[in-house]
Amino acid sequence: MTLNEFLNMGGYAFYVWTSYGLALAVLLINVILPLRQRKKLLGDINRAAKRVRRNT
Amino acid sequence: MFNNFFHKMASPRYFYNISGHLIPWLAASCALLFLAGLYYGLVKAPPDYQQGDSYRIMFIHVPAAWMSMFIYVVMAGAGAIGLIWHIKLAEVMAISSAAIGAWFTFLALVTGSIWGKPMWGTWWVWDARLTSELILLFLYLGVIALYNAIDDKRTAARAVAILALVGVVNIPIIHYSVEWWNTLHQGPTVTKLDKPSIHLSMLIPLLLMAFAFKLYYAFVVLMRARCEVLERERHTVWVRELAEKK
Amino acid sequence: MTSDSLTRAFALLLKRDLLLAMRHRAEMINPLLFFVLVTSLFPLGIGADPILLRAVGPGVIWVAALLAALLSLEGIFRSDFEDGTLEQFLLSSHPVSVLVLAKVLAHWLITGLPLLLISPLLGVLLGLPGDAIIILLVTLALGTPVLSLIGAVGVALTVGLRKGGMILSLLVLPLYVPLLIFAASAVDTAAAGLPVTAHLSLISALLVLALSLSPLATAAALRISLS
Repeated sequence: MTLNEFLNMGGYAFYVWTSYGLALAVLLINVILPLRQRKKLLGDINRAAKRVRRNT
Repeated sequence: MFNNFFHKMASPRYFYNISGHLIPWLAASCALLFLAGLYYGLVKAPPDYQQGDSYRIMFIHVPAAWMSMFIYVVMAGAGAIGLIWHIKLAEVMAISSAAIGAWFTFLALVTGSIWGKPMWGTWWVWDARLTSELILLFLYLGVIALYNAIDDKRTAARAVAILALVGVVNIPIIHYSVEWWNTLHQGPTVTKLDKPSIHLSMLIPLLLMAFAFKLYYAFVVLMRARCEVLERERHTVWVRELAEKK
Repeated sequence: MTSDSLTRAFALLLKRDLLLAMRHRAEMINPLLFFVLVTSLFPLGIGADPILLRAVGPGVIWVAALLAALLSLEGIFRSDFEDGTLEQFLLSSHPVSVLVLAKVLAHWLITGLPLLLISPLLGVLLGLPGDAIIILLVTLALGTPVLSLIGAVGVALTVGLRKGGMILSLLVLPLYVPLLIFAASAVDTAAAGLPVTAHLSLISALLVLALSLSPLATAAALRISLS
C-alpha cells in the first residue's frame, strides 16, 4: 500500500479519518482533563493551607 | 494476608501512591497495543470485498461499544460494593468510571453513524445497536447529572450506585426490546454494522484494539480516581503535605 | 411486627393518600388533561390523514401516557418529604418497601387509572379499530402500574433536590423504553388483527419484575435521600 492509497482509504478517506481523528480527540481529552484537574486541585489545596497558616 | 491487602487497598492514601506507580506502565503498554492495532488494522488488513476500506471504522466503533457496556457494569459493580461494604474507594471508582463510559458511548455512536453514511446514505438509522447505545448514553448522563446535583458527595455516590444498579438490571431488557423492535421495523437496507465475515487478518487488529482500549480505561480511570481521592481527602495531613511539595 | 399490623399500616397509608388526593381533586385532572391535550396535538402537527393517524396512534397515545405519568410522579413523595412524614416512614418498624407499595398503589389509583379510563376516547380520536382499543386498555392496565413503580425509584432518588423534576425525566424515561416498545407494538399488532399474547406476556413480565424489585430500590433510595 502506498502512502497515497493509505490516506485515500479506497475513497472513504473522509469517513475513516474523521472516525479515527475523533477517537484520538476523545482519548486525548480523557487524559488531559484529569491531568489538569489534578494540578488545579493540588494548587487549590496548597493555597488554602497557606491561608490557614498565615491566619493562625 | 488477603485481609491485610484489602485493608490497605481501602486506604485512599495507599491507593493514591500505588496508582501513581501503575499509571505510567499501563499507559505505555496501552500505547504499544494501540500502535500494533493501528498498524494491523489500517495497513496490514486487506480491504473488505463489500465495504472496501470503510470497514476499518469497525476497529474503533466495536471496541468503543464493548467498553461502553463493560464500563457500565464495572460502575454498577463498584457502586454495589461501595453501597454494601461502605468502601470509599469503590465509590470513587464508580463515579470515576461514569464520564469515561459516557465518552466511549458517544464515540461508539458517532463512529457508528459515520460508518453508516457511506453504507445507507443517511447519517442516522434506527439500527438496533445504535439505538441501544443511544439509550445507554442517556443512562450514563443520568448518573452524571444525579451525582452533580447532590451536594454531599458521599450521599451522591450512594444515590448513583442505586441508579447504576437499576440501570444494569434494565440494560439487558432494553437491549432485547430494542432488538425485537428493530426486527419489526426493518428499514429498507439490512444493517451492515455487523462485523464483515471476520477474517483472521481483521480479527487480530480488532482484539488488539479492544485490549488497548481496556488498558486505556484502566489508566485513565485511575487518573480520575486520584483526583476524586484528593478532593475527598483534602483536609487530611498527607494531602496537604503532598500539595505543599508541588 | 405481625403481618396483621403490617396489613393495617398498608391499608391506612393507602386510605390516607387517597383521602389527601380527594381533598385536592382539581389537581387530579391535570395529568388527564395533559394526556388528552398532547394526544390531540399530534393530528394538528402531522395532519389529519386517517391512515397516518391510525399508524402512529398507538405510539402517540403511549408516549403521551408516559409523559403524563412523568408529570404526575413528583407528587408521590414531595408533600411527605416537606412535612417530615417521609422520615417517619423510614423510622417506623414496618419494612419501607411495603409502605412504598402502598404509596405507589395510591398514586396509580389517582393518576394511572384515570388515564386508563379515558384512553378509549383517545383511541377513537386517532381512528383506532375496536380490537386495538381493547388491547390499548389492556396494555395501559398492565403498563401504567409499571410507570408508577419505576417512576417511584426516580422520584425517591431526586426527592431532596431543588431541581429534581428536570433530572427525573432523564433518569426515568430510558427505563420506560422497553414498556413503550412492547405496548405500542401490541396495540399496532392488534389493529392488524393478529394475536398479541407474546406482547402481553412480556408486559406482564415487566410488571412482575417491577412489582418485586422497584419497592426495594425505592426504599433504599429514600433512605439515601433522607440521610
